[in-house]
Amino acid sequence: MKDSDEKEKKLRKDIGKAYGDYVKQFTPSPAYVSNGIKAFLVGGLICTAAFWLQKRLQDGGMSETDAGAFVTILLVVSAQLLTGLGVFDSLAKFAGAGVIVPITGFANSMVAPAIEYKKEGPVLGVGSKLFTVAGPVLVCGISAAVAVGLIYWMIGRIQGV
Amino acid sequence: MEGILNGLMDYVWAFVIGGGFCLIGQILMDATTLTAPRILVIFVVSGVILQAVGLYEPLVKLAGNGATVPLPGFGYNLAKGAMEGAEKGFLEAIMGPLKATSAGIAVAIAFGYVISLIFTPKSPKGN
Repeated sequence: MKDSDEKEKKLRKDIGKAYGDYVKQFTPSPAYVSNGIKAFLVGGLICTAAFWLQKRLQDGGMSETDAGAFVTILLVVSAQLLTGLGVFDSLAKFAGAGVIVPITGFANSMVAPAIEYKKEGPVLGVGSKLFTVAGPVLVCGISAAVAVGLIYWMIGRIQGV
Repeated sequence: MEGILNGLMDYVWAFVIGGGFCLIGQILMDATTLTAPRILVIFVVSGVILQAVGLYEPLVKLAGNGATVPLPGFGYNLAKGAMEGAEKGFLEAIMGPLKATSAGIAVAIAFGYVISLIFTPKSPKGN
């Protein structure tokens, strides 16, 4: 009885492995180089444009912090508008991480699932799905940063005494 | 002349560092089984940690928005707010991260909500 159980287990494992190999034949390997170049160029371009805008705002007499906030706001608003219009998906298909790694990707990750779940209503649908991806990012990021703040505060206290 | 050249180099660094972050993200997406949300979390938390140990600030000095616009820059701003707050006191240390990033987060939530209510889902073109 036990012997046949083990045999079956082994058979299943073999079948699983064979299937994995079979699937691999048909899975196209990603175009690492061209994807990488596209991501680098588009991502670099977004950052350069942001830098140009930041400089213009600072030349106009704005403080560095305020100018940075306005640049972030503009990037977030444009990314979310493009997501609403359905253009961001096409951009992401072309540039991949080039538009996902900048703050534009974070902005897109909020609107994209929220629109899809619109049918579930403005509160439980849109209201909660805005945070499908942004939730984990904010939870992990803010938790880590608060921990950093507390550690720095404690170090300051120890050194101060 | 030298001033112009220096100004130009700032743009080059913004391009190279910003593009570099995206290249790393693309490699993570193509070569590993990590999903996009996990990659975003990894980027933000790395930014927090790198800033906490003092490694991110030099990058921001060098590349400006090239280092602040990618998601590690979001982590950098969170940690920077926390560290600056910690110098003022306990409460400021806790409020610092959100204070430093509140403009972006508030707009992303409020404008994202409006956009999601206005627009209807579209399937991507070309499918």
